[in-house]
Amino acid sequence: MAIEVNGKSIETDEEGYLVNLADWSEEAAKILAAQDKDASDNPFELTNNHWEVIHFLREYYDEYQIAPAVRVLTKAIGKKLGKEKGNSKYLYELFPYGPAKQACRFAGLPKPTGCI
Amino acid sequence: MDDMEGEGTIKKFLYLNRKAPYGTVYALESLEVVLIGAAFDQDVSLAFVDDGVYQIRKNHNTKVDSGIGMKDFSKTYRVLEDYDVEKLYVEKESMEERGLTKDDLIVPVEIMDRAQMAALMAEQDVVLSF
Repeated sequence: MAIEVNGKSIETDEEGYLVNLADWSEEAAKILAAQDKDASDNPFELTNNHWEVIHFLREYYDEYQIAPAVRVLTKAIGKKLGKEKGNSKYLYELFPYGPAKQACRFAGLPKPTGCI
Repeated sequence: MDDMEGEGTIKKFLYLNRKAPYGTVYALESLEVVLIGAAFDQDVSLAFVDDGVYQIRKNHNTKVDSGIGMKDFSKTYRVLEDYDVEKLYVEKESMEERGLTKDDLIVPVEIMDRAQMAALMAEQDVVLSF
């Protein structure tokens, strides 16, 4: 599979995750997001709150070379962005298909270890 | 927590790592099993013995021109703490034979001699060797 970003074709795996991390851009993230539907069945759009988590995940990956499990992500977000954001309710509202799974896909990371 | 029975029983798991980080898939597989298994709230310890001590050595060079050409997953050992895996042990003899000290390692560990390591293994419910 592949997506088209600014006229360039970018390879994705069968679940829609980018094959090469280096292919990621904010533009790519918007296109990956638009493949999903939001609660009103419109293409998923990224708000500042989404970007905050996406950038957090990319920094986390850069530092530790993995995408964290939801439990660990929640804790780490709480530490970095504050308690009101470090809980699964907040994160699942932002990313209804699962904060680790969906947010990691938008962030161009591989599927989190331990995610089925 | 200690008096839980049946389904909630907490067992002592030791992941024994004895192989060099690259060349075979054992080290990375072990680490992934640890991270996945961390969701089950067991009593987990990791031991690094023989060439396994190289897994947590600082400054892996895994670039393509090094001949390895894969992800440097040694950085990932630093997340173990976030996964509540905090008991990391290294065998003293294995380190000394390879000229390594605690300062060469990417994560804080407890150093044990061979006899202490054997005792640690003996007290586990499950030992998984990689």
